[in-house]
Amino acid sequence: MTESKNISPEEIKAWLEEVKDPEIPVLSLNDLGVITGIDINETGKVTVDMTPTFAGCPAMDVMQKDVESVLQKKGIEDFEVILSFKTQWNSNMISERGRKALKKFGLAPPPKHNLIIDIELIEHAKCPLCDGENTEMKTPFGPALCRSMHYCHDCLQAFEQFKPL
Amino acid sequence: MNTEAIKDLLYKIADDQLILGHRNSEWTGFGPLLEEDIAFSSMAQDKVGQSWQFYKILNELGESEPDTLAFMRNAEQFHNCQLTELPNGEYDFSLIRHFLFDTAELIRFNMLSESSYEPIALLSKKIKGEVKYHTMHANIWIKQLGSATEESISRLQKSLDYAMPYALGIFEASKFEATLKQDGVFEGEVVLKTTWLAQVAGILEQTELTMPSIDQVQPLVGGRYGNHTDHLQPLLDEMSEVFQVDPSADW
Repeated sequence: MTESKNISPEEIKAWLEEVKDPEIPVLSLNDLGVITGIDINETGKVTVDMTPTFAGCPAMDVMQKDVESVLQKKGIEDFEVILSFKTQWNSNMISERGRKALKKFGLAPPPKHNLIIDIELIEHAKCPLCDGENTEMKTPFGPALCRSMHYCHDCLQAFEQFKPL
Repeated sequence: MNTEAIKDLLYKIADDQLILGHRNSEWTGFGPLLEEDIAFSSMAQDKVGQSWQFYKILNELGESEPDTLAFMRNAEQFHNCQLTELPNGEYDFSLIRHFLFDTAELIRFNMLSESSYEPIALLSKKIKGEVKYHTMHANIWIKQLGSATEESISRLQKSLDYAMPYALGIFEASKFEATLKQDGVFEGEVVLKTTWLAQVAGILEQTELTMPSIDQVQPLVGGRYGNHTDHLQPLLDEMSEVFQVDPSADW
């Protein structure tokens, strides 16, 4: 049993490092940027705020349940994990470490942007396999809502990009 | 704020997304090329997911659970515009509908991002980025096929002329237009339609397609008030088949 009055939001954040995106198992929820707040009130109740990457992402429910089970496992009895749009997720919220993990996983990380997505931005992905820039977007949609599909003319491989949003 | 007016707005948005989302999903496995199969399937997933979020806001305002709202109503209880319920037809019609509808939807969510009703504003801010991908996809194909071969141009033109009266039905006035505007919830269908006409014309200008003379097109309305074509009820029957058999089924 953990006395939640004596723990800090930073500790809880560290616990959540073990929770990964079920569709991209190298990426923690912290690095994905979907944990938007951790609060412990005076009675010791822990509230974790999360925000969906895509409104229709079927993995969000799994992520929410995974966070709940980590809190349970750590002995927190009074907690709430809230999924809301109070903070709207965008792909700039993926951390540097997350971007490296994506690339290693074979997914091109989303380019940083000024929140205006246009065709120029998504068309020129850098190949995560060979770092080639001579690439072509095949379709802005892919096997998951967050991915687009590309082809690299340098290494002649198809690859996917985590879409800028 | 007028809750009935907000519910009316939420219902038409959610129902549009659910019904067109379902139609898009009917392309799964049948797309004219793999990339288009995936595109329409992804847009289906986006739209159905977005509709769920709008039904959730309705649920918080006292309406039934999202799944109940989606699966347990009959055609006359749906507020989607008729454009969304029309059968997919051939790819040219699906593409034209996708272009006309999603152009309007992106403008709608841009407008609603400024809504005084916070749950709608927050959700719209989020999903306008998702819908941007839908309009980008539509624009690419309309520009390419609208300037390609005689067949592609004539097919698209025919579908455009057929779809336009239905597309104007997107903007059918609700009985709450004045209230919603006054309360700062939504600027209204008239503003939306004006922006939409300019944007649609702007894309068509870059092709060999001709914008129909809007003044001479009679809008096909009624969907917002539960009057639908014969195509909606069979769609609902199919969509809710599993839920009707076993409401607790997980799939």
